[in-house]
Amino acid sequence: MTKLKRYRFFSILLFALLIIAFINQSVAIETVQITVKSILDMLFLLPPIFILVGLLDQWIKKESLIRYMGEKSGIYGIFFTLLLATVAAGPLYIAFPIAVLLLKKGASVRYIVFFLGAWSTVKLPVLVYELSSLGFKFTLIHICFGLVFYYLTGLLFEKFYDQQKLLKYDITKEV
Amino acid sequence: MISGIILYTIATIYVSVSFIKDRHKTKVAFLSSWKMFRNALPDLLAIMLFIGLALSLLTPPLISSIIGESSGLLGIIYSTIIGSIVLVPSFIVFPLGHTLIQNGAALPQVAVLMSTMMSVGLVTLSMEQKSFGRSFAYSRNLSAIIMSLLFALIIGVLMT
Repeated sequence: MTKLKRYRFFSILLFALLIIAFINQSVAIETVQITVKSILDMLFLLPPIFILVGLLDQWIKKESLIRYMGEKSGIYGIFFTLLLATVAAGPLYIAFPIAVLLLKKGASVRYIVFFLGAWSTVKLPVLVYELSSLGFKFTLIHICFGLVFYYLTGLLFEKFYDQQKLLKYDITKEV
Repeated sequence: MISGIILYTIATIYVSVSFIKDRHKTKVAFLSSWKMFRNALPDLLAIMLFIGLALSLLTPPLISSIIGESSGLLGIIYSTIIGSIVLVPSFIVFPLGHTLIQNGAALPQVAVLMSTMMSVGLVTLSMEQKSFGRSFAYSRNLSAIIMSLLFALIIGVLMT
C-alpha cells in the first residue's frame, strides 16, 4: 500500500493525461512522446551515476572526504566540488541523494550549497549546447555570476545550518 | 549521448577495480545503488510526465507571446512562476530557451525562465525536504529565485 502511495502523483498526472486525450488527441500524443523520450534519456544516464555514488559510499573514507570537502578544505574544496557538480549530467533532484551522501561523509554545508548551485548552473556535457544556442556572452555571464552567487550563498548558509541536523535520513536505506 | 558513453566508461572502470579489490564491498555498493534508484523512481516518473504535459500544453509560441519583448516586469514575474514549478534537466532547458528566443521572447525573461527551471522546483520540494529538512529546502529554493532574478537583471543591463 505504501508502495502504491508513492505513485500517487504519477497516477494523478496519468489521469490528467487521459482527460486531455479525450479533448485533444494531438496534445496527448505529444505529451507521451516527450515523456517517453525523457524517461529513456534518464534511464540511460542514471545507472552509472547511481553506481558511482554507491561505490563512493563504500570506498571513500570519511577522513579523506573531509579533507576534500570539509570545513578546512579551502581552494581544494572549491575545485573538488566544482568537478563533482559539473561532470555529471541530469536534473537537480538527482543531486539531492548525492549531496546527502557527501554530507554524511563529512562535507561542509558551504560546499553542499555550492555543489547544488553549481549543478544547476554549469553542466559540462551540455556546455556546448548552451554556447551554440545562447551565445558566448550569455553563457559566460550565467556561469560566472551563478558560481560566485552560490559560493557566497554557501558561506551564508553555513552560519545557519548544522551539517548533522541536515541529515534527516539515509538514502541508501529503504523508505 | 557522448556524456553517457563517458559516464559508462568511468563507471565500468571503477566497478572493475572495485570488484578486483573487494567483491563484497562491490556487491553492497550495487545493492545501495539499486535502492537509491528504486527510491527515486516514483518521483522521477511523475516529474518526467509532468514535464511532458507542461511542454506540450505550453508551446514555445504561447510562452513567447507571454514573455515577448514588451512584456517587461510582468513577463519576468510570469517567467519566474512558470520556471519555478518543476526542475527540468539542462539538456531540455537550453534547446527550449533557443526556441523561445527564435519565437520572439525577450532575453532577460528567457534567462530567468531557464535559470529557475534548472534550480527551483515546487513539485520536487517534498523530495528535497525529505533530504535536507524543510527550512534548508525552502531557503535553497528562495536563494535560487534571487539568483535567477539578479541574473536576468545583469543580462538585461549588459545584453539588451
